[in-house]
Amino acid sequence: MRTGFVIAIIISCLSAKAAVIPVGLQERVTRIKDAVALAKPGDTLLIRPGVYREGNIILQKSLVILGESYPVLDGENQYEIFTIHADGVVIQGLKFINTGVASINDLAAIKLLESSRVRILQNKFDNTFFGIYLANSNHVWIEENQLQAEAEAEHQIGNGIHLWKCDHITIHNNRVEGHRDGIYFEFVTSSLITHNHSEGNMRYGLHFMFSHKNEYRNNTFKDNGAGVAVMYTREVTMVNNSFIHNWGPSAYGLLLKDIRDSFITGNSFAENSVGIFMEGSSRNKIQHNRFNQNGYALKLQASCDDNEIIQNNFQQNTFDLVTNGSLVLNKIEANYWDRYEGYDLNKDKTGDVPYRPISMYGTIVERMPQAILLWRSFLVLLLDRAEKAIPVLTPENLIDPLPAMRPYDFN
Amino acid sequence: MILIDKISKNFGSLSALNEVSLELKGGKSYALIGPNGSGKTTLIKSILGLVVPTSGNIQFEGKSIFNDWKYREKIGYMPQIGRYPENMRVGQLFEMMKHIRKDKIKTDEELMDAFKLYKIFDKRMHALSGGTRQKVSASLAFLFHAPVLILDEPTAGLDPVSVEILKEKIIREKRMGKLLIITSHILNDLDEIATEAVYLFEGRVQYDKSIAALKGETGESKLNRAIATLIRQRELLESVTDVEP
Amino acid sequence: MTRIIKYVFYDILRTRFIIFYTAFLLVCTFAFFQLDGDFGKVVLSLMNVVLMAVPLVCVVFSTIHFFNSYEFIELMLAQPVNRRVIFLSEYIAVASSLCLAYVVGVGFPFIIYGAWQPVSTLLITGIFLTLVFVSLAFFSSVLTRDKAKAIGIALLFWFYFSLIYDGILLWVIYTFSDYPLEKLTVTLIAFNPVDLARIIMLLQLDIAALMGYTGAFYKDFFGSSLGIVFSISLLMLWVLWPVIFSMRIFSKKDL
Repeated sequence: MRTGFVIAIIISCLSAKAAVIPVGLQERVTRIKDAVALAKPGDTLLIRPGVYREGNIILQKSLVILGESYPVLDGENQYEIFTIHADGVVIQGLKFINTGVASINDLAAIKLLESSRVRILQNKFDNTFFGIYLANSNHVWIEENQLQAEAEAEHQIGNGIHLWKCDHITIHNNRVEGHRDGIYFEFVTSSLITHNHSEGNMRYGLHFMFSHKNEYRNNTFKDNGAGVAVMYTREVTMVNNSFIHNWGPSAYGLLLKDIRDSFITGNSFAENSVGIFMEGSSRNKIQHNRFNQNGYALKLQASCDDNEIIQNNFQQNTFDLVTNGSLVLNKIEANYWDRYEGYDLNKDKTGDVPYRPISMYGTIVERMPQAILLWRSFLVLLLDRAEKAIPVLTPENLIDPLPAMRPYDFN
Repeated sequence: MILIDKISKNFGSLSALNEVSLELKGGKSYALIGPNGSGKTTLIKSILGLVVPTSGNIQFEGKSIFNDWKYREKIGYMPQIGRYPENMRVGQLFEMMKHIRKDKIKTDEELMDAFKLYKIFDKRMHALSGGTRQKVSASLAFLFHAPVLILDEPTAGLDPVSVEILKEKIIREKRMGKLLIITSHILNDLDEIATEAVYLFEGRVQYDKSIAALKGETGESKLNRAIATLIRQRELLESVTDVEP
Repeated sequence: MTRIIKYVFYDILRTRFIIFYTAFLLVCTFAFFQLDGDFGKVVLSLMNVVLMAVPLVCVVFSTIHFFNSYEFIELMLAQPVNRRVIFLSEYIAVASSLCLAYVVGVGFPFIIYGAWQPVSTLLITGIFLTLVFVSLAFFSSVLTRDKAKAIGIALLFWFYFSLIYDGILLWVIYTFSDYPLEKLTVTLIAFNPVDLARIIMLLQLDIAALMGYTGAFYKDFFGSSLGIVFSISLLMLWVLWPVIFSMRIFSKKDL
């Protein structure tokens, strides 16, 4: 992807003498719109500091738009700011504020339509309805942008980074706060999402549907209204992400719905109402993850099959695992469970008796949430012990046959 | 000094005291006599405020004792069974009792000396024999020069020498004009100590006169025989007439 | 009063029972530290001890002590001392010695391991539970003259609050789970000191437990400063009402 971009730059440099057009109050060109009209493909617009209120700027040429000390582009709560329909565009160092809010049109600070080889770098977005909106585009780099919004209700705000029908997109090192969904994908494939920080969004920190073969690495999703939701997708790779403190009535660290053939490894789930919620998902591998201090570490619905949950650490969760059926179609093996009370006589670092990760009281609380009030009471202790001895409510053969004696060190 | 006015005490359906009226005067020594369960201890406990009567009134020096506790300063009490904090040393017990009545500085330690209690001051209460406990109880009762002395079975469990020491002490106190109320099964002991006899039977005062009068009435010279005769007379009377005396 | 307290207190501290109790707590706490280096987990393990063992020990010891000092109380009552003073002295001496045993038994290992912070909630709720169950034990002691019966009543209190009440609560939640039960359950919790103490500890020590909508409601309620004032004052009530009632009974009681 990167090589393609470099080649594009080289080609554009070779083909024409690229001019630099400064834009600003003290310059010959004072309006960005005029500069866009004036420029030839391959030119650079250098935007001087200042506030530019120009309504909607439509860009249909391959231009480089560079901001100097973050000039402000104000949408005056009415307009979309940049609508781009061109390849090879670079937008860098601008600050976008106050786009319009509309329920029919998805007004954005930067909207990219049917474009490719575009870079959106180091911009700031403040109080924009949608921040960066991509449709039918490919080979786009979205890097080091900061998006921030303060909305009170979901319908007042769009998504931070919104992608629809795109492929080969790189989203790296962005920070998205206070939107509806931090990062939203629909029909996006073969993309790489790394080192982003998505915090305090009203709905999901990351939300994608029908977006196959994407890779998510080293992202942090924190304090989002409902955590992270990924649906109807196959071949996803999620590695080394942090899902932190997604807390609330229907909040999940990670909600997996109809996800197939995916890898979820090396992630950390801490202080979420539910660490991972899995529904209708198959053939996924959940390995080397850390589950710490979650309400439920893992909710595995009976509609899941052939998943492998192996070598994870489960520590200080209220309930490690709950399920709603009695069939066991998944492989749960060699995890570390801090509640395991078995022994290891042959010193192979694996417990000699299987562990039953399902908590009976967890199942009760799942059905009657108010029952959480009795958690850690003597009654519950007795019930759980009794259930462990003679399983009645929980599936008898749902066991980890080889529980680890010590937590894994993933660092 | 103590005026008991028609007090009754019921423990559930059991009537322990039935309209008991007595006037106990200073300078006299009353022997409280009666068979087991006749209400002796209940009467004593009522005077001390340990038992609250169901009805009736008790006055101490003209003041009702109910909801009052200060009058107990003037009473020295020796219980039937003296039990004390098991781990407390004898010396500590005396010290504590003195502390509780901190305004009383001058104490009467005659009995303590006579019983040589200072020898066992560092012994713990649980290590004491029944008799030694009685000695402790007796010494405590006399400790504060109380004008009224209530002694519940004072000689029970004591060795003969100690019984004599205690008796002499009681007689000395009586001569000082104190009011004494004593119960005992050993009537011979009472013979030497008491001047008045109060005979309780089934919660009622059956007899309340001086011992001299009792002896005269029954024609016996010893108290125990006099009482036995009295009881026999009463029983006879009851079985024949079935009338309340 | 201080004199009597001092002597009863001194006496209790010397009985082997309190020493055993302190040793038991010390052994438990040290054992938990040996098994698990994580302070949070030690505190959670101790929570079970605090919720179960402490009330049990308190009711049994207090009732037995009350009846063992029956003659001593009688002796005191024959002295010019107010009945209430005697009763309160007994209560304060028993309660404070049990509290002291608890604080030493649980607190000392934490000081040694240098973890003062997490243990403070544990200590405070434990002290409250001690006070509540000593109160209840005294209450059962003045209700009857029979030692065995009094111990029976006291144990019943313990059993009721530790197990039966929660069973009923669970049944209520189960039966009416279709209705919004938050306020009702909070009200019901107020009627059980053990549950109150448990909730306070859960909030401070095991936040993960109270997740989800319902959990969030309880966390908002009990976690707010109002909620803490609410639960602490309820615990105070649980300490006070049995003491006041039993003092009333005691001041008219026959001995």
